Amino acid sequence: MMWYFLMSDAFTFGAFLISYGTIRFSQNFWPNPNEVFNAFPLAGHANLPLAFVSLMTFILIMSSVTMVLAVHEGHHGNKKGVVKWLAWTIVGGLAFLACQAWEWTHLITGEHAILSGNAIDVIGQTTTVNPWGPAVHDATKVTAALQNTPHDVLVTLAHGQHHERSMAELTAMNADQLKGMINSAELHVREAGPVAFGGYFYAITGFHGFHVSSGVVINIVMLLMAQRGVFEKRGHYLMIEKAGLYWHFVDLVWVFVFLCFYLI
Amino acid sequence: MEHHTELSEVTHHHEPSQGTGRIWKTFWILLGITVVELGLGFLMYAFPDLPTWIVLFLKGTIIILSLAKAFYIVSIFMHLGDEIKNMIMTIVVPLMLFIWFIGAFLWDGNYYRTTRNRYDPSMVNKTMQEPTHKKDTSVNPLK
Repeated sequence: MMWYFLMSDAFTFGAFLISYGTIRFSQNFWPNPNEVFNAFPLAGHANLPLAFVSLMTFILIMSSVTMVLAVHEGHHGNKKGVVKWLAWTIVGGLAFLACQAWEWTHLITGEHAILSGNAIDVIGQTTTVNPWGPAVHDATKVTAALQNTPHDVLVTLAHGQHHERSMAELTAMNADQLKGMINSAELHVREAGPVAFGGYFYAITGFHGFHVSSGVVINIVMLLMAQRGVFEKRGHYLMIEKAGLYWHFVDLVWVFVFLCFYLI
Repeated sequence: MEHHTELSEVTHHHEPSQGTGRIWKTFWILLGITVVELGLGFLMYAFPDLPTWIVLFLKGTIIILSLAKAFYIVSIFMHLGDEIKNMIMTIVVPLMLFIWFIGAFLWDGNYYRTTRNRYDPSMVNKTMQEPTHKKDTSVNPLK
């Protein structure tokens, strides 16, 4: 039955991804993933496209291998081996979730300059807005917009370029002083991106993350049952195999999420 | 290979049994495919001015490589390859719907875009990326 559940789940994910593809095909402009996902923890503002998501992919493939090894040990009725590899699988799952939590936080709290009407605004990526639109190359447009930009946004922009100044110090300055500090060529101002981008990203990666978390819970239950010798008494480790199927499916879905959001 | 020694250490009660070699081989294949995919993705990033057909070709290659990854995960890790043929068919045949599903919906999205651009040209100006090179600010047809 697990197979048929997974098949129905595949249709759910498929429908999500195809819906994303349809909207993407209906837009003239779509954000370039290399410009959206280019950060790495503790690397500051270094431009590292694809690096972090490669790490996440590696973690998930690795945890798939430890899961299949746990199933393998189960075939041989080796309780110690099952417990050991299941524990590593859980570690992998938690590591993946931690990475995703960091990525979401980074995207939501990001501060990116966008051209909003005739002023500049600073936003992160949410389900309704995102700063990944076409780049504004017209320097005069940016300079003009800077004149209409409210004080608090100027403070954020100045802080982005002068980390040595504290926020309190910058807030005390007047607008002209702040404008003098901001190098408009380095703001990398963009227009607001397609509205659908954030919604699809959070919905699909979130739904996948939810699958990973429930997979981790299932694996923890399996670990406890194996540890207490439930399967040993039963004489077979079929349950581990079923949990393994679910876990590999989660990895399988990630192959396509990775493909659709980060690679192409 | 070097992971054999690692495994014999792990399964200290058993000798390395048949099957683990296959698992690790699949792992290396998956890792290799992922690295190639990332390489192609990075190629598109490093050379943003590639002609459209090359970009499409690279993306197509990445999609095919992903399908290969899916095949390895399902057939080796999930052991579907070892099931009886009828079981495989009940899973794979319904999934064939995706061929129509993907084709029809992407076609529809594209149709929506071309139609809107044709009948509402302001849409094109509003949503297209400004040209990076050869900017002529003296004549601005948008205003």
